[in-house]
Amino acid sequence: MLERFVESIRAASSARPLCIRGSGSKDFYGNPAHGEILDTRAHAGIVAYEPTELVITARSGTPLREVESALAEQGQLLAFEPPHFGTAATLGGCVAAGLSGPRRAAVGALRDFVLGVKMLDGNASALTFGGQVMKNVAGYDVARLMAGSLGTLGLLLEVSLKVLPRPVAEASLCLEAPQEKAIELINGWAGKPLPITATCWCDDLLTLRLAGAGAAVTAARRQLGGEPVEAGAAMDFWRQLREQQSDFFAGNPALWRLSLPSVTPALDIPGEQLIEWGGSLRWLKSSGDAAGIRDAAARAGGHATLFRADPQLKLGTGAFQPLSPALLALHRNLKSSFDPRGIFNPGRMCREF
Amino acid sequence: MNEKRQHSPSQDQDFSDVDRTAILARLGRALPPGALLSAAEDLKPYECDGLSAYRELPLAVALPEDEAQVIEVLRACHEFGVPVVARGAGTGLSGGALPHRHGVVLSLARLKKILHLDPAARIAVVQSGVRNLAISEAAAPFGLYYAPDPSSQIACTIGGNIAENSGGVHCLKYGLTVHNVLRVRAVSISGEILEFGNHALDAPGFDLLALMIGSEGMLAVVTEVTLKLTPKPLQAQVIMASFDDVEKAGDSVAAIIAAGIIPAGLEMMDKAATAAVEPFVKAGYDLKAEAILLCESDGTPEEVAEEVAAMRAVLERTGATDIRVSQSESERLRYWSGRKAAFPAAGRISPDYYCMDGTIPRKRVAEMLKAIAGMERKYGLRCANVFHAGDGNLHPLILYDANVPGELQRTEAFGAEILALSVALGGTITGEHGVGFEKIGSMCVQFDSAALTAFHAIKGSFDPHGLLNPGKAVPTLHRCAEFGRMHVHGGALKFPELERF
Repeated sequence: MLERFVESIRAASSARPLCIRGSGSKDFYGNPAHGEILDTRAHAGIVAYEPTELVITARSGTPLREVESALAEQGQLLAFEPPHFGTAATLGGCVAAGLSGPRRAAVGALRDFVLGVKMLDGNASALTFGGQVMKNVAGYDVARLMAGSLGTLGLLLEVSLKVLPRPVAEASLCLEAPQEKAIELINGWAGKPLPITATCWCDDLLTLRLAGAGAAVTAARRQLGGEPVEAGAAMDFWRQLREQQSDFFAGNPALWRLSLPSVTPALDIPGEQLIEWGGSLRWLKSSGDAAGIRDAAARAGGHATLFRADPQLKLGTGAFQPLSPALLALHRNLKSSFDPRGIFNPGRMCREF
Repeated sequence: MNEKRQHSPSQDQDFSDVDRTAILARLGRALPPGALLSAAEDLKPYECDGLSAYRELPLAVALPEDEAQVIEVLRACHEFGVPVVARGAGTGLSGGALPHRHGVVLSLARLKKILHLDPAARIAVVQSGVRNLAISEAAAPFGLYYAPDPSSQIACTIGGNIAENSGGVHCLKYGLTVHNVLRVRAVSISGEILEFGNHALDAPGFDLLALMIGSEGMLAVVTEVTLKLTPKPLQAQVIMASFDDVEKAGDSVAAIIAAGIIPAGLEMMDKAATAAVEPFVKAGYDLKAEAILLCESDGTPEEVAEEVAAMRAVLERTGATDIRVSQSESERLRYWSGRKAAFPAAGRISPDYYCMDGTIPRKRVAEMLKAIAGMERKYGLRCANVFHAGDGNLHPLILYDANVPGELQRTEAFGAEILALSVALGGTITGEHGVGFEKIGSMCVQFDSAALTAFHAIKGSFDPHGLLNPGKAVPTLHRCAEFGRMHVHGGALKFPELERF
């Protein structure tokens, strides 16, 4: 399998680039992809998993589902709760996209759990960075750099992730609150030692998930009040939110992902909003002008991603907030050091490379 | 500029033609009075960092008072091709702030303002010279703190923490520096301001924030940082458990994790370590035990009670010979005092000590401790072991006397053997102290030439002339070839493609 990857990389050129792809569940994400498809799915399988080491290592083509069920059997999980966006999502695609789910604000993002990677660079050289241990500061943190790089720096072969035990107890509750009030409440709670692991505000309804030690969840439920959500319904609610299958995400208007400081007041932008991550993540369904949305996000100290939209619209405005000239120069330098011929996923992250 | 001065992955740079007079004159114009040191007696305090075995005098020390002056210093050094070694409090343990003899030490110690603390957003914006502990002190009135707590937290600066990706005794649960920093503002070698991250939870583009953290002053000079603040747990309790066998202690660590518990702290000390600290701190350690574990739980009182009971049950099952649970905050602090005093205690029982920092998979801990016992006999030196058992990060303290001819060399060889074994056991040569100058040779054991070349390319992406902290963190291929010549492992040469000199 690796030989085939090496051959594809050697045969590619800037005129005939590669489009690294697992199941294609995240084809919609980033700028439209082009190039010859390099399918990773044959390079699959869990390489090592020892629950007491809190680390799992698997090949990039391994179905994410397979990774998660191996962990579930041992009472563990990927704490960043990655969205799959499809039944056949792969681990490599999950790491390359770098997206995290509802638990992100409480426990950290996907990149926080990446411990090591094996990859092929643009010259088809095999590179190993990081490892399987929790603490490792030897060399630059290239493994984390790969998280969210959308396959533009290299082909991931293997990834080691830190895993965590599944919380002993979990409970969800909801309460009515208009947007301003909800933002104030969740930020206030986040400053207290409460076991809140997910928040979702939509349509004046604030839903919270508590998880941790049994006693802590019980105590927090008493303290926070609200209406309890039945366990089965709660599980569906958070899964549908993670997979963007909730009612909010239905329909076809452009979906924006606004990443903002959690305390940002309600944004005055036309369109419907759903707020996650304690106020830091705001989904916006809007046909409004891209420049206006990006300006509003930037003014608030964050950035806006055109998450799901017509490819033509993405090509026009770019999926991601443009980088400052200084950062763009660094991106170009890094891109050309890992992929000097510009063969990996050109334009997927930004039009300049 | 001569050719040997260019940054390249293969050859160390030669800065011997740096024009001392010219750079001093230029810096003198750029900085206010008192912000430039160049007399030998003024440079002396900067000759080393926390790793005093290596010393070097720089050409000058610049002490800028604000970011604008940092930019001026970097521009001047860039213009004249002069190496720059950034320095915080100088508490690092790997010689990362060891001066360059033809370079300038850029001290960030005067950038010590806490610029903004927002309790609602739970963030602190601070200059890079602010001390780690000062941030938690400032956040305390709001029930918040900055979680990473390296043992030097009373003195070390946040800029230094960024450079090393510092940890501490609570990082299994609360993460390392990289997990607690939202934004870094830095200045490039050419004097350009760079902003990595923001006050949201992610940023567009590559994760350059992650790349900056732990980059040991090789990529850019940090001037300002935004940190995530964490709500202070309502309560904390520590269990002290004794074992008559280090292997049982190691197994207990795995059993606690297997029980689904992530303790706030999980530390181990061997008999040599408890014997060293007990006379000084009177922590009440069990001196008969071969090893002791300190297992901390924090959270709400209900959570702590539940977790302490669960950990206690595990420890009883795995054969602890004695279990004590702190009954008050003062008792908890007393149990921790011995662990926190381990380094200074080593300094009291021995003229010198050398602290190692390898990380290995938890399950290999007993194997490592046995191997270290063998090395003590081989090198004729004593070693006390303390370690962050929860994340497999070992701090063997090799005791030696630098005044005895040959002891330092034996100590270095002892240390290098521990690091090589850390890599062989599936771990790394440094968990939290950094490579710096000290472990540059051991990097050749952990990484092959392809990975090292990639590191150099990253360095070149930020600092094409290689002026930021040259000779640290990432070895050149030539250096590894030389190192390989001296340390051929199992008869296999690590860099067969390179010419040997």
